[in-house]
Amino acid sequence: MNMAQIWEQMPIVIGALNTGFLQTLKLFFVTLIGAFPLGLLIAFGSMSRFRPLSYLTRVIVWIVRGSPLMIQLLIIYYFPGLVLGNPIWGGGEQGRFLAAATAFIINYACYFSEIYRGGIQGIPRGQEEAGLVLGMTRSQIFLKVKLLQMIKAIVPPMSNEIITLVKDTSLARIIALQEIIWAGQAFMKGSQGISGAIWPLFFTAVYYLVCNGILTILLGRLEKRLGYFR
Amino acid sequence: MAILEVRHLQKTFDHTQVLRDISFSMEKGSTLSLIGSSGSGKTTLLRCLNFLETPDEGQILVSGEVLFDASVPATRKEQEIRKKRLHFGLVFQSFNLFPQYTALENVMLARELLAREQPDYKQRKKQIREQIEAEGVQLLEQMGLRDRMGNYPHQLSGGQCQRVAIARALALKPDILCFDEPTSALDPELTGEVLKVIRELAERDTTMIIVTHEMAFARDVADTVIFMDDGRICEQGDPKEVFANPKEERTRQFLASHRT
Repeated sequence: MNMAQIWEQMPIVIGALNTGFLQTLKLFFVTLIGAFPLGLLIAFGSMSRFRPLSYLTRVIVWIVRGSPLMIQLLIIYYFPGLVLGNPIWGGGEQGRFLAAATAFIINYACYFSEIYRGGIQGIPRGQEEAGLVLGMTRSQIFLKVKLLQMIKAIVPPMSNEIITLVKDTSLARIIALQEIIWAGQAFMKGSQGISGAIWPLFFTAVYYLVCNGILTILLGRLEKRLGYFR
Repeated sequence: MAILEVRHLQKTFDHTQVLRDISFSMEKGSTLSLIGSSGSGKTTLLRCLNFLETPDEGQILVSGEVLFDASVPATRKEQEIRKKRLHFGLVFQSFNLFPQYTALENVMLARELLAREQPDYKQRKKQIREQIEAEGVQLLEQMGLRDRMGNYPHQLSGGQCQRVAIARALALKPDILCFDEPTSALDPELTGEVLKVIRELAERDTTMIIVTHEMAFARDVADTVIFMDDGRICEQGDPKEVFANPKEERTRQFLASHRT
């Protein structure tokens, strides 16, 4: 393999990687959109004063955080078809995407819930009491007093999780979702007249780096914008 | 008629009795100082009046109306309590200002939220908000914070924060304004400016209950002083009398240890 050959293969590879990366991004955004609210629900569940609910949520969080996401992907994708005899996801790319998105949303919601919980419990008790004494309802106190303080507190740990998520989407390769790793690997077996090439797989790292570079800048800006109060 | 009447309040935390048969009353426009060593129950008493703690026994009456009666479950409901709280204001030792709002927004927030419950809020929105803002500005000016209204709490000194907190409590026009050691988190220099503001409120006949460790202030500003010890009211009366000739041995000991 030489540079001239790589140069020649470049346009085809880039085209395929772009297509794969679109699927990566789609999984990334769908996971965020689903896991942000679901994580908040789980956080409220784990903080509930109704014991059975808080125990149940904590057990779920333990299972999801305590086992590999790759295994969760495999179970969610194969279990309904192979064990229950009811392949709810279907076999196509769309089915694989739905299964992957489900696994990612559940997994990340559990991580987010712990971040939310830390953010909510980190707010001094006096904020709630000040609101109560001023005749505010509990929901007004949450929305008008605590929420923004919580968001400010969770931006740094959330940024960490969001950047990890970009890279974790590559795990969906295990159920053959056609994301960017899958697209890069295809040139090893042979695709569009190129075979035995491993450099496209290595080159996928550039996509992740650029994407996370942009995210780091955006999240840093958000952190700065919330710096107007302490 | 007394503006506040407290009858036989009892409160126990984990087998420790914090309030034992507390009864007292106060007149509109008067100032009451609550003194006593740490753990004597002063703060718990204030927190009970503001419904942050629920007494186990006893009654709380404001202007003759029973706001709380431990033996009547209906008076303990969260929904009911929210409105009843508004008879009282509370200024905390640690200010508890909302950090994401400016001084003026801190003062206006609760008023605006309450105004939304008025039936004519939608039609008169602009007018109502302008009025709330004008009152907020006036309160902050009264607190000597004319040029600090747009500042966030972290940009203010402790004394300024506490004055914003006082304005915030006054904005809801409570019948009785409670202070829980309002200067304990402040250094001596800043203590003076907060005490001055409270003195001015006393001169304007604001009904106030002040928990404080500033003995000279308690003596000068109050119409009545209550000395609490181990959850009981040990002695109460005219501050000049109590400070000059305490009747109880316990009061004497306490005052002797606080003389500087």
